[in-house]
Amino acid sequence: MSSFLASLLGSPAVTAALLIGSMVAVTSGAVGVFVVLRAQSFAGHALGDIGSTGAAAAYLVGLAPLYGFISVGVIGGLAIEGLGNRARERDIATGIVLSLMLGVGALLLYILTQRSNATGGPVSILFGSIFTVDPRTALPVALFSLAALLLMLLLYRPLVYATLNPQAAQARGVPVTLLGALFMVALAIAVEESALVAGALLSTALLIGPAAAAVRWARSVGQAMVLAAALSWLTVIAGIALAYQSYVWPPGHRGWPVSFFIVMLVLAEYLLSRLGRRPRVIARKEAT
Amino acid sequence: MRNPAADIPSDAVLQLDDVGVTLGGRTVLEGLSFSLRPGEFVGVIGPNGAGKTTLLKVVLGLVRPDGGRVLIAQQDPRAARRLVGYVPQSFTPDPDLPLRARDLVALGLDGTRWGFSLGGAQRRAKIEEALRWVDAGHYADHPVGRLSGGELQRLLVAQALIAEPRIMLLDEPLANLDLRSQDEVVSLVGRVAHERGVTVLLVTHDMNPILGVMDRILYLAQGQAALGTVDDVVRGDVLSRLYGHHVDVVRVHGRILVIGTPDAESLTCTTCDA
Amino acid sequence: MQVFGSLFPTGLFTQPFMQNAWIAGSAVAVVSALVGFFVVLRGASFAAHAIPRASFAGAAGAVLAGGDTLLGLAVFAALSALGMAALPQRRDQGQATALVLMASLGLGALFLSLGQSYAPEVYALLFGQIVGISRADVMAILGLLLLALLASALLYRPLLWSSVAPDVAAAKGVPRRRMDTLFLLLVALAATAAVPVVGALLSFSLMVGPAAAASYVGRSPGQAIAVAILVSLLSVWFSLIFAYDTGLPVGFFVAAVTAVFYALARLWAWLVAIEETQRGAA
Repeated sequence: MSSFLASLLGSPAVTAALLIGSMVAVTSGAVGVFVVLRAQSFAGHALGDIGSTGAAAAYLVGLAPLYGFISVGVIGGLAIEGLGNRARERDIATGIVLSLMLGVGALLLYILTQRSNATGGPVSILFGSIFTVDPRTALPVALFSLAALLLMLLLYRPLVYATLNPQAAQARGVPVTLLGALFMVALAIAVEESALVAGALLSTALLIGPAAAAVRWARSVGQAMVLAAALSWLTVIAGIALAYQSYVWPPGHRGWPVSFFIVMLVLAEYLLSRLGRRPRVIARKEAT
Repeated sequence: MRNPAADIPSDAVLQLDDVGVTLGGRTVLEGLSFSLRPGEFVGVIGPNGAGKTTLLKVVLGLVRPDGGRVLIAQQDPRAARRLVGYVPQSFTPDPDLPLRARDLVALGLDGTRWGFSLGGAQRRAKIEEALRWVDAGHYADHPVGRLSGGELQRLLVAQALIAEPRIMLLDEPLANLDLRSQDEVVSLVGRVAHERGVTVLLVTHDMNPILGVMDRILYLAQGQAALGTVDDVVRGDVLSRLYGHHVDVVRVHGRILVIGTPDAESLTCTTCDA
Repeated sequence: MQVFGSLFPTGLFTQPFMQNAWIAGSAVAVVSALVGFFVVLRGASFAAHAIPRASFAGAAGAVLAGGDTLLGLAVFAALSALGMAALPQRRDQGQATALVLMASLGLGALFLSLGQSYAPEVYALLFGQIVGISRADVMAILGLLLLALLASALLYRPLLWSSVAPDVAAAKGVPRRRMDTLFLLLVALAATAAVPVVGALLSFSLMVGPAAAASYVGRSPGQAIAVAILVSLLSVWFSLIFAYDTGLPVGFFVAAVTAVFYALARLWAWLVAIEETQRGAA
């Protein structure tokens, strides 16, 4: 076991993956709790794909993909928030914005492949690989994670109120619309940095899975956030370790993808969390 | 309340014999026995958690009683679905829903059948008649999402009536309505019972709006029930026996107030299914 | 006819691969609009996006196993539909959708990494090879679309009722969960046919955009469906013309044109609302 750990931590690619993955996991888990409580899973997923288009655009003009991810993500998130007020309208708005962004992404990827004749780059934007992430992104990712978490801390009390009891909050003068928009910004940051590092697939998995499990078992929103962050972090660590170990597995000894392990772990967590018939205790009474 | 088997009237539209329902370990209904006649307007009153909604679900065949028997026109509830009309507790359509008032009523006519309807004069006539009867003719072509609460309720009654049921169940139809709309709905439902001969079971937590219209009252508390006229049932001794402790009935300015219901029943019950 | 033909670039209607594209594209447009009516009605845009995206993993798996990609698409589309139906949520159906999507994509990532690298085929299924469809493919796709059309027609009334007033429909014998499952399977069927034509990522554009535009314009289900089909066909036709002319991917044009129609519809509805309030104030 110790030799496994030693070799695991000895590889710089893996250490970078662990470090950056941990930051991303913690942020995703914490923000994800509100995504689950606000029933915004579609938006949370869509932002990952939307950001990918931004990254492709940044790639095209020679900017670092991270900034493309974040800026287009924030814009897309605000568009979704602004276009839809009621549940059905918001669902449609998310679909249209996502569809448009994916279409533009298709165009950009086409242009990219025409230019460089390499399909590796574009595909990796879509799928991402935590092992090939540039270690220099560690600092920007850390800063963005901190920004997202600080924003969540700032928004915490009013957002809990606005989420669990929107009519009462509105009556009391809480700026529900503004809070929604600010939360979207935090969400966009969390999702985009996650998508940059691990691909749009994993950003959704880490955002929703641990949070959905945590919300079922925690007694308060704060507790759920801590639980989700911890669960998300453990999942990433375990996923990376398993992927590293899989290099000695058949076939081909090329290793199984990290995304596969993380997704399966997240799925297992979610299904296990639904086993007990314990009803959700996070209720309106917390919103006072 | 027990009816000896020999006393069951043969024209009973709805009949319960010793029906009991347990949900999630809690006894929601117990030993319920009564029968209702055609064209009767019965108000189902009781505090939250008393089992009113569960009773509706039993009549609809959505919940199987653990004990006892339910007969609708001598049939099992699931077989008699066509004979039962239902107006749900809440129906809040999206403002942009592409569905007109007449489309909603049309669904009540053939929404359970596969395929799509080919139209026809007879079908259109039925829909027009249903709309006219509930006084919804003037907004027949309006999108349902733009209707007021009262207009929507009348529409839901039309949707239920168009299938020519023998019983109509209404779950808290007066909640969220202003007083004038409440009066309109109450008089409409009264006509459903007394003009169309449809037995009406109207669930509400406040009996006062329907005092003048209902024929009998079914008072539910602690899973037990008392059925009879308001004068017979809404009395201190009867209700105290139901609740299991002392309650008072006060009549003030034509309104009836029941005082002394235990605190536990005024909290919203999140795990029970009433 | 000569004049008409000279308006368009040569070969738009005569090239055999373009003829296949016109036929397949139009059929996909009609069925997507019809299924899309229900998608938009039920607020199920996420499922409409997730099912085709998830089916892509099935195609990857099929290539790995040496089987038919269309079959792989169909199997994974159906499995994800059933998975989503098996995890009903009270507040946010998106949770179940997200998890099933993730599981499929995770498997897809595994299949891709286990097999040889075949990026061009991957790319093709992701973005659609409307111009790469053979006559045989067209027949298979048309068959699936006919099935989807028949299924939609059969399900129409109970599905409409269950979507609009689920409590009442359930009380009258239209079980909600069964309708939810059948609806998702219908989406899976339509998606399986649409993916080879428009791609896994963008097949949902035709399901959401036209129907969304129609819901702002149409007042009844019949009107909404008719408008959706019209918008959908126009979107596909414009996209084919633009794609043929510029050589840029057709998926981009489909997404852009449907978004424009949606924006126009919302603008229309907004103007009508303003006019109504002005008339009311007068």
